[in-house]
Parts: sequence; structure tokens; C-alpha cells
Amino acid sequence: MKLNALKSSALKPNALFRSGSTRVLPGFGLSMGISVTFISLVLLLPMTGLFGQLAGLSLAQYWAIITEGRVVASYMVTIGAAAVAALINAVFGLLLAWVLVRYSFPGKRLLDALMDLPFALPTAVAGITLATLYASNGWMGRLLEPLGFQVAYTWVGIALAMAFTSIPFVVRTVQPVLEDMPIEVDEAAMSLGATDGVAFRRVILPHLWPALVTGTGLAFVRSLGEFGAIIFIAGNMPYETEITALMIFVKLQEYDYAGASAIASVVLFVSLALLLAINIWQGRFIRRLHGGKG
Amino acid sequence: MSIRLQQISKHFGNTRALEPVNLDIHEGELVGLLGPSGSGKTTLLRIIAGLESADTHPRSGKILFGDRDVTHVHVRDRRIGFVFQHYALFRHMSVYENVAFGLKVMPRNRRPSTGEIRTRVFRLLEMVKLEDFANRFPAQLSGGQQQRVSLARALAVKPDVLLLDEPFGALDAKVRQDLRRWLRRLHDELNFTSVFVTHDQEEALELSDRVVVMSNGKIEQIDTPETLYRHPANRFVFEFLGDVNHLEGKVQNGILTCGDARLDVDLPDGHEELLLRPHELRLIETPTAHAHLPVTVTATVPVGAEVRVELEADWLANPWLATIRHADFERLGLTRGQRLYVEPRRWHRFAQQSPSFSPSPSTA
Repeated sequence: MKLNALKSSALKPNALFRSGSTRVLPGFGLSMGISVTFISLVLLLPMTGLFGQLAGLSLAQYWAIITEGRVVASYMVTIGAAAVAALINAVFGLLLAWVLVRYSFPGKRLLDALMDLPFALPTAVAGITLATLYASNGWMGRLLEPLGFQVAYTWVGIALAMAFTSIPFVVRTVQPVLEDMPIEVDEAAMSLGATDGVAFRRVILPHLWPALVTGTGLAFVRSLGEFGAIIFIAGNMPYETEITALMIFVKLQEYDYAGASAIASVVLFVSLALLLAINIWQGRFIRRLHGGKG
Repeated sequence: MSIRLQQISKHFGNTRALEPVNLDIHEGELVGLLGPSGSGKTTLLRIIAGLESADTHPRSGKILFGDRDVTHVHVRDRRIGFVFQHYALFRHMSVYENVAFGLKVMPRNRRPSTGEIRTRVFRLLEMVKLEDFANRFPAQLSGGQQQRVSLARALAVKPDVLLLDEPFGALDAKVRQDLRRWLRRLHDELNFTSVFVTHDQEEALELSDRVVVMSNGKIEQIDTPETLYRHPANRFVFEFLGDVNHLEGKVQNGILTCGDARLDVDLPDGHEELLLRPHELRLIETPTAHAHLPVTVTATVPVGAEVRVELEADWLANPWLATIRHADFERLGLTRGQRLYVEPRRWHRFAQQSPSFSPSPSTA
């Protein structure tokens, strides 16, 4: 009896431990723990710091900073240029993904690798290159200026720099979905009499739509925060070609940490809200395909 | 609409996928293209559909639908219906929209009114027994249901010919059987001309009016299932249409010997290979004057109406398969390891490398 009791109590912790981890896949505790620690250190801690800075401001002060005329103008410039850049990337990113997936041609691998260049290249390098290229004495600027088309030091230049840095987002989100799309779907549409245009509009595009929206959304969010590539080509004229990231930089240079944090928090909220919205929308879209209510 | 292929060939790069092929398919016929993978059957079907273009030289071939030369007509203008092995449904469209697609994309002057499209789609859905599923999405349907949607979608545009690429290949055995019968009935009812591809000989024999047996880009034989089975044109067709046992040996004075096996054959002296169907083997307890083929039972499997018996012997390179009736199985009291004798009811023989078929004399 006694022995039995001893035995069972000795077994108990083990039994408890087992009943607590009924998962078949091992390593949940360890991998989850490391992940959370990493996210905390790299993502959450800096963000907490940001909000810590805000604590020094009253609501009125906060409101005053983020609605200051010059800052509001920078929102307009940033969002406008980012929207244009995202739309341009949606079109050309889709085209690039299409070319990379559907056709084989010499240099395909090179073009594929080139797609990631904007990720790999320091953004400042891109900015300086673009600025020299499109300045009125640069290669492209010399050609465009006589036509009355000024790129450098206008919002067109800002959009161009944004498009440059964010194109991989569209290409890399659309590409795998396009690869997974069976060619038979295309053929089925054609065998039913659809012209190329109709097949693209009504069969291929809807198939790629979630990926395209996600990629475009990511590109847009990325553009909102871009700094290095833009400041060299933007000209940075107050109320005209100043981007929000520059406003943050300016505040920092004035040692106005709270002010910089206030503006940064606006960018952060807009980006987060947008990413969340895309995620929810995509989840609904996919649920709809499987019969749930959209 | 009849289909006529004249001298159609196809190369992919340097590899020849299809030797020049001639084929006549009559109006209202259901024809099966049967062959192992790589035999060119799918290529041939896709060329008929216009999804693949035939070689333009050295000899230019021709494809005729009735009197209409469609050789250079784009797939969208060929008026075909195509059913894919993996359904290829539009996943973002409901079942209704999938079936209606072909009607909705018609040029304005030929397009039926919305109401007419609706009646037509529902009539088709009724035909494929999916009228209650009109608002579902493909992902919510089983494989068999998806393939029926795909069939309704192909038939919606009233195609001249219906082409099916391994239509039941991705489905499980029971569903496959049901769909097969259902397609046969549908075909008999609507009487469209159709061509389907399969690698399953049973499917081809059961479903087709005529079967086209293909191998290595060549047509080996075109015949009704009955003729095909009874009178295969060559050894390939014979072997492809069912299980085959081989008996190889030397013939001398009308007796074929192979190890300690002997069989009376009415053949000239020389090396011979005989082919025997499993159901043409009789298992007996003592050898006869004509046949002395000692074997050992290694496995018995009751399948449906018969029992499959696996046989081995020293003189056999590969084990033999015999299918016998349950009554015989019980009478012989077959167990594993039992030693028996085989008496072939008939055997087949094909001259080496020649397509001529030698009718087999009965040895019994």
C-alpha cells in the first residue's frame, strides 16, 4: 500500500507534465519562448520606447504637433506619392511577375534576382543614384526637362524613389500565387471561348487579386516610411516636397524627441491599421472561397 | 460532328511526341484514347482541342470537324468542350457562375439573354444533379462533384465535340465507376461526339464505342472493345489490355520445353514465347498428356467473382497469375505451398517485331 502510494506520487509530476503537453509536435515551449523574447526585444521594446517618449506630452500638445501645417502638408505629400507609387507598382509588379512565371527567356534568372535588388541596396545609394540621374544635368533629367517634365525635386521624384524601393513587395507576393495557378484554368477559359482580355479580367486577375492587393498594400506601407531613397531626390521644400519621415528627422535634429515620437506614432498607427485591414480582408476573401460568409 | 485527322504529327524540341497519325471519328461516337504515359494520347487530344498545335512541317497535317477545316483555328473558335483531369474550375466563382461562364463571354450578338442563360445553366445543373449546389464554391465540393461541374461547364456552350483528358483519373475507384456509367448514359442521351483519354484499360473498354490504343506516339490499333480484346493487332495491345503470363522455351518436334515444364504446341522448331491470360489457365492435380507444367501456389486472393492465384516454379522467371472460379478454388482446396499442374485452355503468340497476329490453336 505504502509502496504503491509512494510510486504514484513519484509518478505524479511526470504524469502532470504529460497531460499538460498533449501536442504531438515537439518543442512548442522552447520555440514559442524564443520567438516571444525575440519579438519583445526587436519589435516591442523600441515601440514601447516610442510611446514612453509620448508620455511627456499632454493630449493638446500631441494634437498640436501632429496637426501643424507643415507636418500635415508632409502627410499629403507622403500619402499621395506612396499611393501613386503603389499603383504603379501594382501594374508593373504584376507584369513583372507574369513575365517571370509564364515565359522562359534568356536572362530570366538574372531578372528574377534583380527583383530583390531594392531590398539589398542601401536606400541612400538608390536615392543618390536617382537624384544624379534625374537632376536637370543628369542623363534622364537632360532628356525630360526640355519636355517640361521635371522629376527631381518634385513629388514625381518622391513617387519614383518610393516605387523603386517597394516594387519587390508586389512581385514577390504575386509570383508564388501565379506559379501555383494551374495553366489549365487559363486553357479552360479559352476553350469556353473567352478572348485573352476576358480571360485575364475574369479568370486570372480574380485569382491573383488577394495577392496583388496584399503586395500593393505592403508596398504602400513601405513607402510611407521610406527615408533614405527619397530625401536626395525630393528637394525637401517645406509644404511642397517634404515627406513625413523627414519631419521626424528634422525634429530629432532639434533634439525634440517628443515631437519626433508624436509624428512617428501617426505613421505607425496608419501603417498598422492598413496592415490589419489587409489581413482581415484577405482572411474573409479566402473564407468566402471555402463557403463561409464573407 | 465527325472528326478527321490527317497526317498529324508533333515534336517537342527534338523529341517526337506523335508520329504522323490518321484518325476518323464518326459523328456521335465515344472514342477512348488508351495508352501508357508518354504514348502521346494527351498530346493528340490537345491537338484536336487546339490547345497544342501540330507540326507544320515536313508534312502539314489537317484536322477537320465535319467539313470544317480547323487546323489553324484557335481553341476559342473551335467550338469544343474540354474537361481537364484536375477540373480546372474557376475557384473564385460559384458553381452557377462557372457553368454560365462560356455563355457570358460570348460576343454580344450571339450571347443569350440573362434569363435564357439562367434556364440553360439550371437545366445543365439538373442534368449533372447539382442544382442544389448552384451557390457553392468549387472548394466546397467533392472531386466527383467538381468534375460534374466541369462537364456541365463544357457542355453549356453546346460544343461540336467534347474532349476529356483523363476525366476520372483523380477520383477514387467507386466514384470513378459511377461517373463512368453516368457519362455513358449522358452520351447516349445527348449524342455528342466525344474523345477521352485514359490509361485505364478497363475504363476504355467499358466506356468507348471504339478504342484507339497508342504507344510511343503511334496508333497501335483502332477497334471496338470486343474486337480489341479478341483480336489484338500485336503483342503490345495484347499485353496492355490485361494481365499476361509468359512461357518461353525451345520447341522441338511439336513440344515446347522450359526446365522441367513441357507443353504440346503445333509450331515449327525454334525459340518461342507464348502468352497466356490468367483466366485461360486451368489448375489440375495431375499433368495431362499435352501439358506438364508443375507449379507451386504462393498466394490466393479472392477478388469478386473469382480467386486470383499466384503461381511460382523453378522454370518461371516471373510468377504466373491464374484466375479461377470460387467453386474450383474450393474443390481443389487450394492452400499456399500446394503443388499443382497448369493446363492452358488456349495460348497466344505474336511473331517477333511483326504486327501480324497468329491465331492460337486450342491445346486442350
